[in-house]
Amino acid sequence: MISNLESYPVSKTKENIDVSIWRGDATGGDFVLYVVPQEDSQTILDVVYYVQRHLDPKLSYRYACRVGMCGSCAMMVNGKPRWTCRTHVQTVLDGNTVTIEPLRNLPVIKDLACDMSEFFDKWREAEAVFHPTKTRDDEIEPISPDSAKRQAAAAAIECINCAVCYAACDVVEKNPKYLGPAALNRAWTLFNDVRDGGQRARLRAVAGDAGCHNCHSQQGCSTYCPNDLNPTLSIAGLKRATARAALKGEI
Amino acid sequence: MLGVRLYLAQRLSAFILAPLVLVHLGVMIYAIQGGLDASEILSRTRGSLWWAAMYGLFVAAVSVHAAIGLRVIAHEHLKLGGTGLNLFTWGIGLLLLAMGGRAVIAVTL
Repeated sequence: MISNLESYPVSKTKENIDVSIWRGDATGGDFVLYVVPQEDSQTILDVVYYVQRHLDPKLSYRYACRVGMCGSCAMMVNGKPRWTCRTHVQTVLDGNTVTIEPLRNLPVIKDLACDMSEFFDKWREAEAVFHPTKTRDDEIEPISPDSAKRQAAAAAIECINCAVCYAACDVVEKNPKYLGPAALNRAWTLFNDVRDGGQRARLRAVAGDAGCHNCHSQQGCSTYCPNDLNPTLSIAGLKRATARAALKGEI
Repeated sequence: MLGVRLYLAQRLSAFILAPLVLVHLGVMIYAIQGGLDASEILSRTRGSLWWAAMYGLFVAAVSVHAAIGLRVIAHEHLKLGGTGLNLFTWGIGLLLLAMGGRAVIAVTL
């Protein structure tokens, strides 16, 4: 029988990492130090998983796909928001240590798990939902991939809802009502969807007191987006669109 | 839709301010070549409708632009909101307009 174990990555180092993980809940908490063996190609999620399986089964955190698609596992790593399943330990180690915290700007449920309710509530507040204009009995509307609107939507569409941009945004920190980069980015993709019938309501929603005009274009969202999206650019597009609509008296 | 109106007002005031700041700096650098005292400045600006119009527009644009900018800072850092925030914005705008207007009148009338 031929073993396929040789094809698996095997540790060449076996050194230890000092991992500080924030433990607590909505009432408060503190960092707890764990020592985790270092492995090749080890991700931050692997480290958290190791702690929960081998050192402290009460550690709470959230993940699902482990391949950068579901957007569940984002955490603060050495003070920066990251998708932990695609963040290699070697790329973020500070000496021999790494700190892991729950995402910034969101209420903590327990340990590394945040309450994402307000994040997703804001998607609805921004009218970041599709308003269909046809039924299933109508012909499918052809959309040219080369059209300017489709290209604008395509540039912003690959959001995985991980809330990294939301955690990176200083405006959200200072103004908790602000809709945030993810919801506004999604609103921008729908603004560029010619099939959508809710444009006026959407422009009204994103032009409100908590809307796109709060953005200072600091580009924290664009800097940390794991999918290399540029929500700042999407928000700038919404600012122009709402300004035009306001001048025309449409909103 | 106050946010959109404030956004437009701040962009429009910036659009006005950009060339005026350049004119102001350019004239200042040009005028002081070889020395210039207050009486010489006043002799050129007093009675000049052009200078009154330029600096009058400058002051008006500054009042709008700075008031909106400070409004954001007051909202985010001092947590001001509602009526208090509106009073703060109008207060800053009117204060800058009064101080700037007084200076323009003193130099050009």
